[in-house]
Amino acid sequence: MRKVYAVSGGVSKFAKSRPDKTFQAVVKEAYDYAIADLGLEFRQFNELVDGSVASYFSDHFTRQLMAGIMVQDYLGLCPKPGHRVEGGGATGGICFQEAWKAVASGYMDVCVAYGFETMSHVETWKGNEFIALASDVSFDYPVGGFYSGYYAMMVTRHMKEFGTTVEQLAHVSVKNHINAFHNPYAQKRNRYTIEDVRNAPMVAWPLTRLDICVMSDGAAVVILCSEEGLARLEAASGKTYSRVLVTGIGRGTDAMRMADRPHQSFDDFMKYNALPHEQENADTVAYYRELWDHGFRYPGVHSFRAGRMASKQAYENAGITNPLEDLDFIELHDAYTSSEIQTYEDMGLCRYGEGGPFAASGKAFVPGIDYGLNLPEEPICPVNPSGGLIACGHPVGATGLMQAVFAIWQLQGTIEKHFGDATLQVQGAKRGAIHSHAGTGTYVTVSILEAEE
Amino acid sequence: MAKLPRKFEETLDGTVVFDLPFPLVLDTEGLASLRRMKPLRVRQSYHIEYLHSYGQDSPFFAGLTNRVQLGNRDPETGYTYATPRGHDMYTGHETEWVVLPERGTVHAFTVCYFGSEEFLKETPFVLALIEYEGVDTLFLARLTGVDPDEVSLDWIGMQVQARYRRNSKIKPTDVYFVPVE
Repeated sequence: MRKVYAVSGGVSKFAKSRPDKTFQAVVKEAYDYAIADLGLEFRQFNELVDGSVASYFSDHFTRQLMAGIMVQDYLGLCPKPGHRVEGGGATGGICFQEAWKAVASGYMDVCVAYGFETMSHVETWKGNEFIALASDVSFDYPVGGFYSGYYAMMVTRHMKEFGTTVEQLAHVSVKNHINAFHNPYAQKRNRYTIEDVRNAPMVAWPLTRLDICVMSDGAAVVILCSEEGLARLEAASGKTYSRVLVTGIGRGTDAMRMADRPHQSFDDFMKYNALPHEQENADTVAYYRELWDHGFRYPGVHSFRAGRMASKQAYENAGITNPLEDLDFIELHDAYTSSEIQTYEDMGLCRYGEGGPFAASGKAFVPGIDYGLNLPEEPICPVNPSGGLIACGHPVGATGLMQAVFAIWQLQGTIEKHFGDATLQVQGAKRGAIHSHAGTGTYVTVSILEAEE
Repeated sequence: MAKLPRKFEETLDGTVVFDLPFPLVLDTEGLASLRRMKPLRVRQSYHIEYLHSYGQDSPFFAGLTNRVQLGNRDPETGYTYATPRGHDMYTGHETEWVVLPERGTVHAFTVCYFGSEEFLKETPFVLALIEYEGVDTLFLARLTGVDPDEVSLDWIGMQVQARYRRNSKIKPTDVYFVPVE
């Protein structure tokens, strides 16, 4: 495999509705930004780029098949190679990794990954129906297809199993909304309190409206390249770019129906799913043994095995042995406050069952921001410094790429330049992870990005 | 009497229009002004009737109309699925049909106060994953006969009983669950 650099990116403003432009033109906003950030003209870049990967989730929202080629066409990329990927909420993360593969394999030297979603073309509850069609239409959808309902069932199980509290969930909402207060790309820039989150309208008990991300229109673009591609871009622009390497990718899957998720034994968990730092720690092994003795089974409906396997693979590829210490920040798929907590555990930031206390500990917060919370510990690894999906919005096909763009900017140290505000810049950020998640945990991708010395 | 809402509900019906504002003259100024137009948004409807096949899972739905809940079992390992599955995920074997118990317990649940458009009129409703003794996977169903205002984590582990619609709809909701009294 060749070295792959994530060299530039762009994000359109995420908004509840973008009737001012068609989806192709919204993607072009992000595309033009990414090109301009390289110091190149549109025609120069289009001469140098070898091809693309397109990301959008739902043909229903656009009511348009082959929307990917319409973007390719609008961006002036025809007749270069391109294809569309789709994998629910993880579509953007999958797109990033497919573009990585195109470069790593030697097929392309410069590949552009673009993604979008236009969710405002239907009313919110019809949008929820479209999203719920990403559950088994024979057995799950007809029972009352509603993703917030599916996630709320995971929450009740997590609470029962581990004692997780709604206040711990609310910490995630407060953190991500307040982070987004400093991110001009975010759809929601509000300062909320724990009380605000709990007093918001109940959607699916115990998740309130402020525990759940919103629907958005938006687009994001990432440019990936090989060393040769980087040399070509630099020669054309006369600039030297900050090197951000993609040092590892990982992907996992799980059964479409939550009801089918296995209840694995302790031995199978330790053999297949435990991370090396868990396997090597006698305390942790004993902790898990005790969980199993009390009826815990893995992954059940409280944990995302796909997220764990994606993390495990990405960490192996990137040489990460202790994620909480080795990662300087994470942009993860917080479609729900609860799924951020579940993902802390999948990504090995804490042990399974400890996600609730971890959320309220302060370890995942951004240093120097007043959240109005009494946090007992210092930040170690900010999670969703951008504000995540909960505050930035979740235009599905763009989301995983938006995370990549924010990660590139963190590692280039250019958050202030792009946000007009340095508050969210993780000081000295050398290594970050992006995590994209589909369905009820069906496809999950984790990619590791690092600043090259 | 409750206060009237502060906001009218937004709907997609409206007035039929046959003409739209446009520059009177398409001179340089008129053409340039087109870039300052607000976007036009039009209603487009999209309705589809599917002839959906339940395929190898069909006996499950026929079972519900006959007040029986069927599951599947791997003939070699005995791994049993509460939600039908034609082939086992571990052995690849074709599964056999088995009759599930009439009683189970709540594994996880939620009360939905909002929902997809199709189910909005049914809110609040309770979704629950049901587990059965001796069965390895769960079954997603509606739980009724509980009070959403009395919602509690203690519902997890509650014993529930299957009930069947007399007039079956050939949907998984032909079976639903109520607490065992």
